[in-house]
Amino acid sequence: MSTFFIIAVLILLFVVIFQIAKASEYVAILKGEEKSRKHDNKINGFLMIAFLVLGLIGVYYCHEILKGRVLQESASKEGEKVDEMLHITLAVTGIVFIITQVLLFWFSYKYQESEKRKVFFFPHNNTMEVVWTVVPAIVLSVLVVIGLRNWFIFTGEPPKNAMIVEVTGKQFGWIFRYPGKDNQFGKRYFRNIDPSNNSLGLIWADNKELNQKADPAAYDDIVQEQTMYVIKDRPVKLIIGSRDVIHDVGLSHFRLKMDAVPGIPTTLWFTPKFTTAEMKEKTGNANFQYEISCNQMCGNGHYSMKGVIEVVEEDEYYAWMAKQKPYYYGAFPEKDPSATPPAPGGAPPSSPDSAARITTASVTRTTAGDHNNKLK
Amino acid sequence: MSNEQTLHTGTAHGTVHDDHGHGAHHHHETFITKYIFSQDHKMIAKQFLITGMAWAVLGGLMSVLFRVQLAYPDQNFPILETIMGHWAKGGHITAEAYYALVTIHGTVMVFFVLTAGLSGTFSNFLIPLQVGARDMASPFMNMLSYWFFFTSALIMLSSLFVESGPFSGGWTAYPPLSALGSASPGSKTGMDLWLISMALFVVSQLLGGLNYIATILNMRTKGMSMTRLPLTIWAFFFTAVLGVLSFPVLLSGFILLIFDRNFGTSFYLSDIFINGIGALPNEGGSPILYQHLFWFLGHPEVYIIILPGMGMVSEVMSTNARKPIFGYMAMIGSLFAIAILSFLVWAHHMFVSGLNPFLGSFFVLLTLLIAVPSAIKVFNWLTTLWRGNIRFTPGMLYSIGFVSMFISGGLTGIWLGNSALDIHLHDTYFIIAHFHLVMGVAGIFGMYAGIYHWYPKMFGRYMNNTLAYIHFWVTLAGAYLIFWPMHYEGLAGMPRRYYDYTNWESFKMFGELNVFISIVAIIVFAVQLLFLFNFFYSMYKGRKVTSQNPWGSTTLEWTTPINPGHGNWTGEIPEVHRWAYDYGKDGKDFIAQTTPVGAGESVNH
Repeated sequence: MSTFFIIAVLILLFVVIFQIAKASEYVAILKGEEKSRKHDNKINGFLMIAFLVLGLIGVYYCHEILKGRVLQESASKEGEKVDEMLHITLAVTGIVFIITQVLLFWFSYKYQESEKRKVFFFPHNNTMEVVWTVVPAIVLSVLVVIGLRNWFIFTGEPPKNAMIVEVTGKQFGWIFRYPGKDNQFGKRYFRNIDPSNNSLGLIWADNKELNQKADPAAYDDIVQEQTMYVIKDRPVKLIIGSRDVIHDVGLSHFRLKMDAVPGIPTTLWFTPKFTTAEMKEKTGNANFQYEISCNQMCGNGHYSMKGVIEVVEEDEYYAWMAKQKPYYYGAFPEKDPSATPPAPGGAPPSSPDSAARITTASVTRTTAGDHNNKLK
Repeated sequence: MSNEQTLHTGTAHGTVHDDHGHGAHHHHETFITKYIFSQDHKMIAKQFLITGMAWAVLGGLMSVLFRVQLAYPDQNFPILETIMGHWAKGGHITAEAYYALVTIHGTVMVFFVLTAGLSGTFSNFLIPLQVGARDMASPFMNMLSYWFFFTSALIMLSSLFVESGPFSGGWTAYPPLSALGSASPGSKTGMDLWLISMALFVVSQLLGGLNYIATILNMRTKGMSMTRLPLTIWAFFFTAVLGVLSFPVLLSGFILLIFDRNFGTSFYLSDIFINGIGALPNEGGSPILYQHLFWFLGHPEVYIIILPGMGMVSEVMSTNARKPIFGYMAMIGSLFAIAILSFLVWAHHMFVSGLNPFLGSFFVLLTLLIAVPSAIKVFNWLTTLWRGNIRFTPGMLYSIGFVSMFISGGLTGIWLGNSALDIHLHDTYFIIAHFHLVMGVAGIFGMYAGIYHWYPKMFGRYMNNTLAYIHFWVTLAGAYLIFWPMHYEGLAGMPRRYYDYTNWESFKMFGELNVFISIVAIIVFAVQLLFLFNFFYSMYKGRKVTSQNPWGSTTLEWTTPINPGHGNWTGEIPEVHRWAYDYGKDGKDFIAQTTPVGAGESVNH
């Protein structure tokens, strides 16, 4: 009922506006078209300057309201550079914005039609044109230089001590893989994928048909869904891939993102500055999470494709890692040494020391070789 | 001389002729030849315009529907079920329907409204009139161009009604999502129809574009050298060149996609495992290849949208400031520079796609380079206003609005073109704000400027000014209110194309803002309906145009009769003696292009 009421009101409003508009046309004819045109011209001239003033106030007001809701300090070291660039670019474009918009609306107001004014015939002026070609070119060059310097840092090799996590997108979630004790990712091949116990298609067994051999490095890989653990102040390199369509690892708190493309691995690295707990305190939000948002349209569940990054202190990380079992044992529980009756006096198979040492950037990963398995 | 000759050959098939008896002995026009299968460029222009408007209403309505979802993700509106049936069960738009709305909104706005509706309308309408030709080089091809567009539009429309729904993978249609029906229901029949529709659209664009180029190069009237052309024509010329060179690449990308979808090839597919289906046989393809092919059109496409606006705004602004356009040659030069550079920047859409970063760095440089010719244009427009004597006709208001939008949206391009910033802002609301302002709103403002300015020439009547003023001021303010705050959402990293943000700790603080934006969007949409009403009402009831040249303009279209017939001029085509921008020269209000250069006249062009 209320919808029809709203529609009725809208139609009524239309009719009223239309009647006023029609009446104004008749009035114009009565008053003399030229006279009423000049009258309208004055109104529009005034509205130009009014729009400028209100608009600038609006820009300020909008900023006041919303500045608290945009991201606070960057949570990664690399993100600081993004923020710095944002500020420089904002300053440059902000100045140009104010100058050009003020001139546009001010000129419109000032040079509105007047019988007294004689138009200045001014078809061109080489000096002016050269100035506003060269000055923007110089300013832009500066921005390009700053941008590219950062770009090559972001996309370059991570520091030597970086840990590595493999991130794989799927409709609609994230799979994370750590290389395990041997610091080496085992090979995977997408035809081995079994959603129930081998979500990445790790090559655990020989397969004549696919012409592939079991990769021992795959036995100790640790696979987790939805939550990724990384260490504060330790660079982390993500090797990003996708199992089905294109996804995107969006890390707004760290100011970075990178697409996850099926068949083509991409990489991204960053250094988290604050643990999740610290961020909860900093933001005053007890529910704070570092969320991975999928930023590339990937299907009807795109909006729900969330991953979580837990940034923790180093010892917490090792304590957590110690509790993780290789993914292999999930698929073949009989192979799990801890599942057999404990040997007398035997220590649990993993302790912070013996458990997966942190992976370093020197670790090699061999998905590229996966294709060859078939081709050979 | 050669102009006259080509003119004769160009129109030799009898529809028009240059002698005075013209009009009496041919053209037994029926309703069908006059209004449907018309070969008159003016009628074809109107067909493009009205089809474009129909799509604009549909595309706009779609945006209203998905804005309702964004504003009120947890409320039900029974009326939605009335409109959309099971796509909004219980009055709540489903995710599937939401993505279909977003996708089709993007596709039709970019291609049907701002490409066909904008350059299809005004290239057709203005090129023959302003260069002094009786019609296009090939009126028949011109007619075909419209009918290919019409068919394409019908097919797109039909895709809204198939059982699995229209395509829903975003207007860029990236594979593998767009290639695999098993990955998304929208990628089934809906996507086939989408591809057929777009392929026909490309054909339409090529037929039109080749015609525009041929007409501009060959059919200018006597004395109309290239450097005497109005800037509108230069803009349409570069637009057509861009279209002719880039649309075929898009078509090739689509053909490969059709093969991947239907014939088991693997151009774009590799290493894919679909839940519930299993591993696909495809190996060795690259989804990135599609992105290259798509954006090789996709980027020139945004200039195909904005260049006609730039041209028309230059013309309308100069006319109504009663002052020559500042820096005519610089304006042509910057159009040319933009046209060239537009082919060299496509990969800036792909900075985070895994593109080689070294390659990316060249695209950063070339992308920011485009800001230079854009800056030249803006400063030239500002200088054109300076010390003018401005008449705020509705067309002029929209021209000023165009410049304002172009500045606001253009400046954020400097943010996004810099890859190290794009890595944060890519695919967030920042980019939505950017391209809607600089391409969407500015493009549509250019279109409105053109419609209001040339309406008297199209229909021999004026549109209602009061409605036009309301339309302009509400739309200008509304566009800023909608898109300005979106920059903030983007800075917070809020991703685009999300159906619901309430489960995201990082993005849910913008709930109220989304309500605000949606309400403004609905108001702005309603005001566009007011414009449509004004448009159609004035066709029949508007004030009649009584003088041949109502705006005091210099260009040739205003030397034709108030209601020109097919062939445009009743007598001979006028000869041109000067450039198009002699406003306020030597104390005269304006000197038409057809006026010979006087003895004591100061020399300028």
